[in-house]
Amino acid sequence: MKNYRILGLFNNFEEAFGALTDIRNNSVSGVSIDDVTLNSPIEHPEIEEVLGDRGTHLPKFTFAGAIFGLTFGFLFIAGAQATFLVQPQGGKPVIPLPSNFVLVYEMLIFFAVWSTFFAFLFLSKLFRKRHNLYSEKVSLDQIGVIIELDKAQLEPLKDLFKQHKVLEIREEDIK
Amino acid sequence: MIVSEKDINEQIKWAQINKDVLRSLENPRKAYWVALFICVAMFSCAIVAEIYQYNVGMGPTNLNNPHMWDMYIASFVFWIGMSHSGTLLSAILHIIHADWRKPIYRFAEAMTTFSLLTAGFFPMIHLGRVWNLYWVLPYVSDRGHWPNFRSPLAWDAFAISTYLSASMLFLFIGMIPDLAICRDNTTGWRKKLYTLLSLGWTGNDRQWRTFRKTYLLMACFLIPLAVSVHSIVSSDFAMAIMPGWHITSFPPYFVAGALYSGCAAIITLFVMLRYFFRFEEYMTTAIMEKTAKLTFAIAMVWTYLNLVEFAATWYGHNVYDKELLIAKAVGPYAWVFWTMIFCGMVVPFALAVQKFRRHMPTMFVVSLFLNLSMYFERWMIVAPTLSMSHQTHQWDVMWPSIIQWAIVFGSFGWFGILFLVFVKVFPSVSMYEVKEMVYHRKREAESDEAPATGKPNLEGAS
Repeated sequence: MKNYRILGLFNNFEEAFGALTDIRNNSVSGVSIDDVTLNSPIEHPEIEEVLGDRGTHLPKFTFAGAIFGLTFGFLFIAGAQATFLVQPQGGKPVIPLPSNFVLVYEMLIFFAVWSTFFAFLFLSKLFRKRHNLYSEKVSLDQIGVIIELDKAQLEPLKDLFKQHKVLEIREEDIK
Repeated sequence: MIVSEKDINEQIKWAQINKDVLRSLENPRKAYWVALFICVAMFSCAIVAEIYQYNVGMGPTNLNNPHMWDMYIASFVFWIGMSHSGTLLSAILHIIHADWRKPIYRFAEAMTTFSLLTAGFFPMIHLGRVWNLYWVLPYVSDRGHWPNFRSPLAWDAFAISTYLSASMLFLFIGMIPDLAICRDNTTGWRKKLYTLLSLGWTGNDRQWRTFRKTYLLMACFLIPLAVSVHSIVSSDFAMAIMPGWHITSFPPYFVAGALYSGCAAIITLFVMLRYFFRFEEYMTTAIMEKTAKLTFAIAMVWTYLNLVEFAATWYGHNVYDKELLIAKAVGPYAWVFWTMIFCGMVVPFALAVQKFRRHMPTMFVVSLFLNLSMYFERWMIVAPTLSMSHQTHQWDVMWPSIIQWAIVFGSFGWFGILFLVFVKVFPSVSMYEVKEMVYHRKREAESDEAPATGKPNLEGAS
């Protein structure tokens, strides 16, 4: 059970990546790269080379939203048009596919976009209280490496951070 | 000889980017307040005119058969068209990795949202009886019947509401990391607002990974959506069997016109924001040059589509269409037609001259001419056809009344108020994207400078 959390603030990605690479190579026994969270002021896709491919299930939500929009859109519009059965149609189809295609297309996009948005909120774990180690310097220009670990691993990890020119170290007890 | 310069100074510090953009939330130049005052005054004109129209009815607008559509619908099409700029700059250029868009896409996205909000007013105003505004929505009536789903007007309601919600989400999602920066650097009511809107963003790798995917997916949806919206707006006309409207090339013609007017508006707002907020470091002449070149290319597409339409009408030998085309060129609306041609087809050649592209006041004036042309284009789509329909006994020339002019004039004021308040409350330059741009450009420059070592210095964060 990990009962400590440590934050190391680095001046740039190179130094932060150096520390992460050492952790990945098991420089500190008992600390795994899976326990690492990297906070940064910008999006940095190369991070996956160090942290490993963590992936995201977001496209599945988008796909589900699109399929729902397609199905619901068609059934909703066709259902509404079916009420025209009581009216004379003048030879025109009750459910005209070409014009319905336009509306179903819009519904597909509508539901896909909204499901993407809600999936983003859910998968990003937003709406959560920021923990005490959050540093405002990350939104400015520094890179934060947060690791959950046992007390015994605290000092070796601090030494590792210092080897990579860490600017500041903060820690908290999360028992 | 003018030497080509960089899109942005890659030596700029990340902390400086925060400082410069956050400063824009505090102290703009006086010209900002003057512009806001002018917009409020313009909007007040529209309020007075709308109250008068509400009390007296549609008579004073001059709207009557055959001119039941007029400036209100031309304005609706104009504002919908304007909204395409955000999609072009944000979504399309994002997908093709054109990173020069980064300092300017935020305000283009805001423009998209506010243009749509402005456009949404016109069907309501055009109804006359604004208390029945829910009539524009496709809903089941008292008699249990749904509206005619074959009508492009019903498609409009679906398409525009989808586009509005998607573009608002796109704008909001793109702002979340910047809202977190604002949260961490402000106090008072601003801190509360940004804390609420940033949704607890901390910038961890999970959030960035999901953010990247979300933004890409939203961009992918927004592009076909934007094309479909203006194609559907064009169907409002093209589905009617009226001379000058029943044209196969109308959807691409409308989309090209929309992109054209959107780009012209981006140039106008680019120059204004650069001056108001002292953004010379971010909204650089190099980026203006690229925007101007893009606008020029779209202007040529629009010109081509216009000429195709004229040629198809001329050689098609449909007597009604041909007479209408001649009437556009020599009839009562000829001055509008020729102004449109001059401003839309000739003036853009100024964008081909590098000296002009680099001169902000010239670009500001040129962009206003381009948008004048785009407004007249929409007027020339609506009015001449209604004045010369198939029913010759209905032929009539009509000019809008002062009421219509005031409401349309005020719509620009309304758009201006929304936009100017937005750029004062929210960062109009995307801080995190500019940081990314600076970081990657610096890395590229250092890789070019030190190919022998093969290991660039990644120190970009301080």
